[in-house]
Amino acid sequence: MHPRDWIEVRPEGVYCKAGDVYIDPMQPVNKAIITHGHADHARSGHGHVYATEETLAIMRARYGDTHYLMSENPLAYGQRITIGDVTLSLHPAGHILGSAQARLEHSGASIVFSGDYKRRLDPTCVPFEPVTCDVFVTEATFALPVFRHPPLEEEIAKLLGSLAQFPERCHLVGVYALGKCQRVICALRAAGYEETIYLHGAMLRLCELYQSFGIDLGQTDMVTPENARALAGKIVLCPPSALQDRWSRKLPDVLTAAASGWMRIRARAKQKGVELPLVVSDHADWDELTQTLSDVGAPEVWVTHGRDDALVYYAQQQGFKAQALHLLGYEDDSD
Amino acid sequence: MKAFSKLLERLYFEPATSSKEKLLRDYFATTPDPDRGYAVAIIGNALSLPNFKRGMVLDLIKARTDPQLLAMSYDYVGELSETVAHLWPAPAVAPNDPDLPALHEVVEALRHMPKVQLPDYIAALLDRMTSPERWALLKIGSGSLRIGVSARLLKQVLARYGGQPIERVETLWHGIDPPYEELFAWLEGRADAPAVEERLTFTPVMLAHPLEAKDHGLITPDAYAAEWKYDGIRVQCVHSAVGRALFTRTGDEISNSFPDAVAHLNFHAVLDGELVVQRGAALGSFNDLQQRLGRKNPSGKLQDSHPAAMIVYDALMLEGEDVRHLPYEQRRTLLQAALETYHPVGISLSPQIPWHSFDQLEAARASVDNLSVIEGLMLKRKDSAYIAGRPTGPWYKWKINPKRADAVLMYAQRGSGKRSSFYSDFTFGLWRDGELLPIGKAYFGFTDAELVELDKWVRHNTVKTFGPVREVKKALVFEVAFDAVHRSSRHKSGYALRFPRISRIRWDKPADEADQMSLLESLLTGET
Repeated sequence: MHPRDWIEVRPEGVYCKAGDVYIDPMQPVNKAIITHGHADHARSGHGHVYATEETLAIMRARYGDTHYLMSENPLAYGQRITIGDVTLSLHPAGHILGSAQARLEHSGASIVFSGDYKRRLDPTCVPFEPVTCDVFVTEATFALPVFRHPPLEEEIAKLLGSLAQFPERCHLVGVYALGKCQRVICALRAAGYEETIYLHGAMLRLCELYQSFGIDLGQTDMVTPENARALAGKIVLCPPSALQDRWSRKLPDVLTAAASGWMRIRARAKQKGVELPLVVSDHADWDELTQTLSDVGAPEVWVTHGRDDALVYYAQQQGFKAQALHLLGYEDDSD
Repeated sequence: MKAFSKLLERLYFEPATSSKEKLLRDYFATTPDPDRGYAVAIIGNALSLPNFKRGMVLDLIKARTDPQLLAMSYDYVGELSETVAHLWPAPAVAPNDPDLPALHEVVEALRHMPKVQLPDYIAALLDRMTSPERWALLKIGSGSLRIGVSARLLKQVLARYGGQPIERVETLWHGIDPPYEELFAWLEGRADAPAVEERLTFTPVMLAHPLEAKDHGLITPDAYAAEWKYDGIRVQCVHSAVGRALFTRTGDEISNSFPDAVAHLNFHAVLDGELVVQRGAALGSFNDLQQRLGRKNPSGKLQDSHPAAMIVYDALMLEGEDVRHLPYEQRRTLLQAALETYHPVGISLSPQIPWHSFDQLEAARASVDNLSVIEGLMLKRKDSAYIAGRPTGPWYKWKINPKRADAVLMYAQRGSGKRSSFYSDFTFGLWRDGELLPIGKAYFGFTDAELVELDKWVRHNTVKTFGPVREVKKALVFEVAFDAVHRSSRHKSGYALRFPRISRIRWDKPADEADQMSLLESLLTGET
C-alpha cells in the first residue's frame, strides 16, 4: 500500500496510521518516533518514545528523566522493531550525536523520514547512510543553489586567523548548544588549537553528555563572573541568542562571530551584528541535498521544512515524483 | 584584486566607524598607486563603467544556471551580485588563484575593453575567483557597494590619512579624477594640493537634526529664526565664471534634468535651497516634482507644464566671496540684497516666520497640516556659521505629525539590502464596500525581531504567489503612518500616500476593523 494511504499530516505532526505513531510530533502524543534531540523535533511529554540511545540521553539531559510517561525504547542503528502494523528501523543521519532517519515499512511499501541531515564529515556523529525506500522525506533548510557550505577547515582557519590578528579581543562564537558547539570544538582541536575553550553555562551539560559518549572535547571551562574579564584572546562559545545579550557585556573587547549555514548570506550575518561570519552548518547544503536524492534513489520525494519550492522543482526536473509536505512548527531557520 | 576583495569583506561586516577607518588607512598605507586610488573611486562611487551592465551579468549567469533556480535564488538573496557570486559554477573546492590581476588592471580593462569582449573577460575572471572575490568584482560593476562607508567617511579618512582638514579634501573632491594619484601625493606630503579652481564644484551642505521634545527649551526667539520646511528636493545651485550647475545635497549633478532651474541663477553664487515645481505663485506638490525627477533632458512641454523653481534659504558664496563663516542672519541679509539687485526669475527667498513664543511655533506647525508642499518647520540659530555635515544645535527640522490609518496587509515581497531574504516589502489596503483596495507599500518601521515574525507570518499565510510576490490571507493589520495623501489616477484606490511607513503591527486587531477608504478622502491634501 502506498505510504500516502497510511501517512498523514495532523496538527500534532506527521502521523503513521498503520502504527498509530507520530514522527517528531510537536505536541505530546501517545507514541512518538524522535529523529534527533533538537528541541523542535524532540519535545517532552510523550507516552512511548522510540529513538536512539543517544537521543534519549539528550532528551533526559534537557527535560529530565521523566520526559516520557510510559516507556523509552532505545534502538540501535539498523535494528528493526514492530509498532502496530509497521516495522520501524533507525539509520544514521549525520546531523548531530544520535541523529537518525526513521524508516517505516507497511504492507510492502516503505518510507524514510530523514529528519535533519548532512553529508559532511563530522567526528561527533555517525555519517549519513542512504537507505532504500519508496518515498524519501527530506528537509530543505538550505535548498537553494546559493547555499554551498565551504570546507569546515577553511572556516575554522578564518577564526584562528582572526584570533592571531586580534589577540587582544575575546572571540565570542554563537553556536547551537547541541551539535554545532561540539562539532566546532572538535574541529578547533583537529586544527591544533590546544587552549581551554570557554563555554556559556547553557553548553555545559550537553558537552559533558557528548564526552560521556566518548567524544573528546579537550580542556573546556565555564565562563564565570570571576574569569570573564580575563578572556581576552580566548575563544568563548555561547548560544546564538546570547551574542547580543547582557551576558556578553562582561567579556573584554568582544569580536562577534557566529557559526551557521545562514552566514553565507551577507545580509543575514549583518542583521545579526556578526563581524566574523563562519559558514558552518549541520544541515545539507544544495549539493548534498541533490546528491542525496540520487544516492537514495527513491522514486518519490516529499520535501519538508525550509525552501521546499526549489528542491521540489529540482527533483521534478530530475524525474522524481516530488511534492512539498507543509509542516508548520519546525524551525525553518534552524542552522 | 585580492587585497581589495579582503578589504570589502572586512568593511562590510565591520560595524564600528573607528575600525572601518583603521581598515581603510591600513589599506591606503600598504597598497600602491594606482590600485588604492581606484579603490577610493569604487568605494566613493566615482567610477563610471558604462559597459559593465547588470544585464550583462544576468546574461552570464543565465547561460550557466537553470532559470527557475536562478529566480528563486535571486528572490531569496535579494541582491544580484551576491546571488551570482554564490551561484557561479566553480569546482567543489573553491579556487584560490594567487595570480589574480591587480585592481588597476581589472578596472582599466573594464573601462577600456571593447564592449563585445567584456563578457568573456569577466566570465574568465569569475572562474578563477572565490565567492567573496566574485562578489567584489560584481560590486565594482554594480556601482553601489553598501559597505557602510559613506562618501563623507571616505573623505574624512583620507583627510586624516594626510593630516589635512576635511574641508580641503571635500572642496577638492569634485575637481579630481580617479585614480587620484595627485591627491595621494599631496596627502603624503610629496606634492602641492591638486589645482581644481577651473571646475564647477559642489560644496558640502549643512544638515539639520530632528527637533526632539527635550530640545524644545533651547528654542528661544532671540536665538533661533523659523522658516518653513519644504517638501521638495534640496539642491545647491552654482554659477561661476566657468558655468552653472545644479547639485543634490549628496553632490550628484542634476543640471541636465532641470535646465530651467539652472538658467534662473543670473549672478555668480553658490545657493542652498529647495527645488520645487511652481506655477505662478502656486507651489506644486511633491507629486508634481516627481514627474520631473529622473527625466534627463526633459521636453519643453514638460518644462512648461511642470516648471522648476527654487526657494533659496542660504548662500555659501556670493559674487566670488565665501560667506560660510558669517552668521546666518548676515548671510541672509546679503542673499536678500543680491536677489533684490539681480531679480532672478524662478528664485525666491524662503520667508521667515515671525514668532515670539514657542506656542506660536507650535501653532504654525499645526497650521501647515493641510499644505502638502510644506512638511514642517526649520529652526536656525541666528548666529551660526554654515558648517558642512550635521552639527548638533544650529539647525533643527521639526516635521508635522504624521497621519495614520489602520490598513490590512495584502501582498508581500522579499526585500533587498539588509532586509534581503525576508518578506519585508508590504503592500496594504483599506476597505471600500467590503473590498480591500491597495493604498501603498512600505518596507520599514519595524524592528529586526518583528521582521522575523512578519516573514514567518507571510510564509505561513500565503494564499497565492505571483512570481516573487505573495498574496496573503487578509488577516494582519498595520498601523501605517504617512505625511500626506494625494489623489492618484495610477492607483485603483484613487489615492497615493507620501512617505508611508509602518508605525505599529496590530497583531491584536481583526482585519474587518481596519479603516475604510473614506478616511483618506478626509485627509486629502494638495490637489493637483
